[in-house]
Amino acid sequence: MQLFPCPFCGPRDETEFHYGGDAGNARPDGTQVPIDRWANYLYLRTNPKGTTREIWVHMTCGEFFVMDRDTVTHKVLSSAALGGERAA
Amino acid sequence: MTASRLATGGSAIDRSRPIRFSFDGATVHGFAGDTIASALLAGDVAVVGRSFKYHRPRGIWGAGVEEPNALVDIGGPRATPNTRATTEPARDGLVAKSVNATPNALADRNAFLDRFSRFIPAAFYYKTFMWPDWHMFEPRIRAMAGLGKVDTDWTSPGTSDQINHHCDVLVVGAGPAGLAAARLAAGTGLSVILVDDQQRPGGSLGHRAGEIDGKPAAVWVEETVAALTAGGHLILPSTTAFGIYDHNLVGLNQRHSDGRPDTLWRVRPRHIVLATGAIERPLPFANNDLPGILSADAALAYLRRHAVLVGRRVVVATNNDSAYEVAQALAEAGADITLVDIRPDGMPATPAKVRLIKGRALAAANGRLRVEGVTLDDGTRLDADCVLVSGGWTPTLHLFGQARGKLAWSEARAAFLPGDPVDGIAVAGAAAGAVSLSEVFASSAKAVASLGQTKAAMPASTGPEATGGITAAWPIPGSKGRIWIDYQNDVTVKDVELAARENFVSVEHLKRYTTLGMATDQGKTSNLPGLALMAGITGRTVPEVGTTTYRPPFTPVPLASFAGARAGELMAPVRRLPLENVHRASGAVFQEYGGWLRPAHHGGGADADGTIQDEARRARQSVALFDGSTLGKIEVIGPKAAEFVDFIYYNTMSTLKPDRCRYGFMLSENGVVFDDGVLVRLDEHRFIVSCSSSHVAAVHARLEEWRQDRFGRDAVYIHNATSEMATLTVSGPNARKLLQALDLGLSLDDADLPHMAIGHGTYAGDEVRIARVSFTGDRSYEISIRADRAEPLWAHLRQAGQAFDVAVIGLEALMILRAEKGFIVIGKDTDGTTLPHDLGVEGPRGKRQTEFVGRRSLFTEEASRGDRLQLVGLTVPQGEAPLPTGAHGIRRSDGKLNSQGFVTSSYQSPTLGRPVALGLIERGAARHGEAIEIQHLGKLRTATIAAPCAFDPAGERLHA
Repeated sequence: MQLFPCPFCGPRDETEFHYGGDAGNARPDGTQVPIDRWANYLYLRTNPKGTTREIWVHMTCGEFFVMDRDTVTHKVLSSAALGGERAA
Repeated sequence: MTASRLATGGSAIDRSRPIRFSFDGATVHGFAGDTIASALLAGDVAVVGRSFKYHRPRGIWGAGVEEPNALVDIGGPRATPNTRATTEPARDGLVAKSVNATPNALADRNAFLDRFSRFIPAAFYYKTFMWPDWHMFEPRIRAMAGLGKVDTDWTSPGTSDQINHHCDVLVVGAGPAGLAAARLAAGTGLSVILVDDQQRPGGSLGHRAGEIDGKPAAVWVEETVAALTAGGHLILPSTTAFGIYDHNLVGLNQRHSDGRPDTLWRVRPRHIVLATGAIERPLPFANNDLPGILSADAALAYLRRHAVLVGRRVVVATNNDSAYEVAQALAEAGADITLVDIRPDGMPATPAKVRLIKGRALAAANGRLRVEGVTLDDGTRLDADCVLVSGGWTPTLHLFGQARGKLAWSEARAAFLPGDPVDGIAVAGAAAGAVSLSEVFASSAKAVASLGQTKAAMPASTGPEATGGITAAWPIPGSKGRIWIDYQNDVTVKDVELAARENFVSVEHLKRYTTLGMATDQGKTSNLPGLALMAGITGRTVPEVGTTTYRPPFTPVPLASFAGARAGELMAPVRRLPLENVHRASGAVFQEYGGWLRPAHHGGGADADGTIQDEARRARQSVALFDGSTLGKIEVIGPKAAEFVDFIYYNTMSTLKPDRCRYGFMLSENGVVFDDGVLVRLDEHRFIVSCSSSHVAAVHARLEEWRQDRFGRDAVYIHNATSEMATLTVSGPNARKLLQALDLGLSLDDADLPHMAIGHGTYAGDEVRIARVSFTGDRSYEISIRADRAEPLWAHLRQAGQAFDVAVIGLEALMILRAEKGFIVIGKDTDGTTLPHDLGVEGPRGKRQTEFVGRRSLFTEEASRGDRLQLVGLTVPQGEAPLPTGAHGIRRSDGKLNSQGFVTSSYQSPTLGRPVALGLIERGAARHGEAIEIQHLGKLRTATIAAPCAFDPAGERLHA
């Protein structure tokens, strides 16, 4: 079981977390967004091998945060609060 | 064999506490401290089980976790199949049975199978029983093969404990390396947990000679354990570290002697020291699986721990130095010892009273039910009642491998040793290739130092030192006779050769094709000989063949231990109403709805349907009470609250006036209707999201995500108050009259509290919030009150309701009432493709100018298709039964039936006296009045498409 560092609560078991998607998947607003762009936002994920930047939510405190980790080694590189803005 | 208990000695047994237990129906005598295996050996029981496939007689091989043969099913309250007799403590009254043997191990009626063995090599069954279907043969073949039997009637006598723990250093193995490492780490101020799978700490020091710091090894073990205990460190004997998981979480299986189920520990150490020792390998020779052939080290353990001498005329066969101490000890205990060493020279001194034959190997063991002698590779025959073998030592690196540690081949040790270091894990002792105690202690010091700790005082070996000389003796391709590689799975040299011929040369393919290394022992004695043989056959080196992947668990762990308390009611706990006990007292029948335990109906016995119909009828006639406490009550507060709810909802919500409420949809980003419900506005910056009962957690999570992602923590605050308040609903033509009987301190005039408005009152000093919203289509009041004060209000409503023939209704009647009105339930009357305009709510899509969740998805080609499924009502001719829910609307084309939608809700309406139904039907909104064929399980009926609302379409009853 992995140990994830919640920026608010400290290290906790991975079962307390839910995955929230790729970091930087900014939402395009409006009805005129090109359909491919909207489909990318909805459905396309990068699924990288190696380091990745992701949004996670710590279910027990309810806070979303951004986490850098390695999908091969499962090493957690860093985590940080979002600060009220969509992570870029 | 004539194994026997010696009159004196045995460090582990307590001769003052004799015990008796049963094995295959016969009584076995032993002492406290015996294992099942040591007591069986003391009683000279040679055959303790039958082999997996050929039903060969098998005896005890080892004295620990590596045991491939001596598996027993334990009966009684602690019933466990496939328990290793070599590790299971013998207890008074225990009932053990051999595995894969009928009626018992000695006289097994399937023993004839061995005579056909050359016709049933690896994969025989799969190749042979292909026609007409493998599954026809599988049950009988499985019944003849296999190991222990699961008692399906057994239930756990108690809940298995699970403990989460952490420490600075977890030391696995309490042999000399582990004890030294634990003491060194403790000495530098670190907190230590020391686990060992045996009943007593000491490891090899329990039976191998040694002198440490000038004291006998046993004394040093006792002192070290005492020092660790005094220092507050945790020592767990009878505990196996069975797995290392992500980020070095270690799973421990702790067994108890007092009858409690095993305990599962999840330990998070900062550092791990693996002092897991090494396992002795067999030697390859024909019939090397006969009972009476044991690991040499095991024989020494039985002698010194249990005072059991395993034979009188003993051949000790070896390719390494470690067997010399065994030969010497057994000779001193009175056995006649012939030591056969494969090496012609370079061996240790021959012990006194031991006859040495050097430069020779065993070619075969002779005997039928137990070993009676051996034949050497020069044809010499020797009589023997017991053969002890040592084929060298395999470091126990399973946990290191699980942690993705790479292994490095050592030609000198003829073994894999730990390769590149793994973060936070150090390996010490025999697991790291150390042989002498001096090497062991040096490796412990190095392991502790590698964890970043300064070196503390190290114990010193002051006695004679073991040596590690070895000449590899791997199975040789083309050897004569049946030479066992894997005892537990009946894999011989010939099976490995067959696998190679059929190109299963990868070690992972070899394992799966021959089953080498599978089952309960996971090849602890057989993996290395097997892959060395494959190397020999294919002309590769051992490291080129490599090892199979190491996976948890190291030894079997009871499933009940992983389940822990998560059984029965706790498997998937339900959410409960604050008034559950009150409802039970008044005869409510409960069912689970979306995770909530709620009254389905009240009383009725066998005629539940009649009761539900009655509840639904009476609700329309006068007044009904209903517990709606499960409805979501999520507060949205803050300066941007209005902007936030506009974004969250499909409908514009910011135009709502305070103390008014509005029905609306929430969409997913793909446009699909995610939830529906009423939004209440309390004041300028404060709303209450009243979402579906089963959707509260999901809606709350969604609100939090958008709040944090788009609006910011300072702009909006979300508070889920669902469980703080009970909501009691009064619905029906007499709802207002009933409410007037209670003094709630507010005007119930429709001018002051119209439909879709909120009123604030008090009841018995507590604030109550009254919402005029309706899920029944009748005049309704939802009264929300502190959950812990709801009971008197409910009782008062019921008592005042007697004058109106009040009906207390359950969820089933409510489902009928809302279906009569065409009110949808998300997820029942909608699915993962339903867009809001499919439900007839077209307005916001065209009119809204501000952004909302799912907006872009409502303007796609898919969303604009003309043949979308749309919400409709479905009626059937007078007197017919309700349509089955899930039945399909049918279109005929070219003689074929095609679906054009389906029935989503269907009930008998007691008020209308006919069935009502809702459905999602292609182009349904434009087809009201049209007939449609409905098909269910091959039966066709005709229905008429109608508006969803079947009752009071003008909505007059809301104000009646």
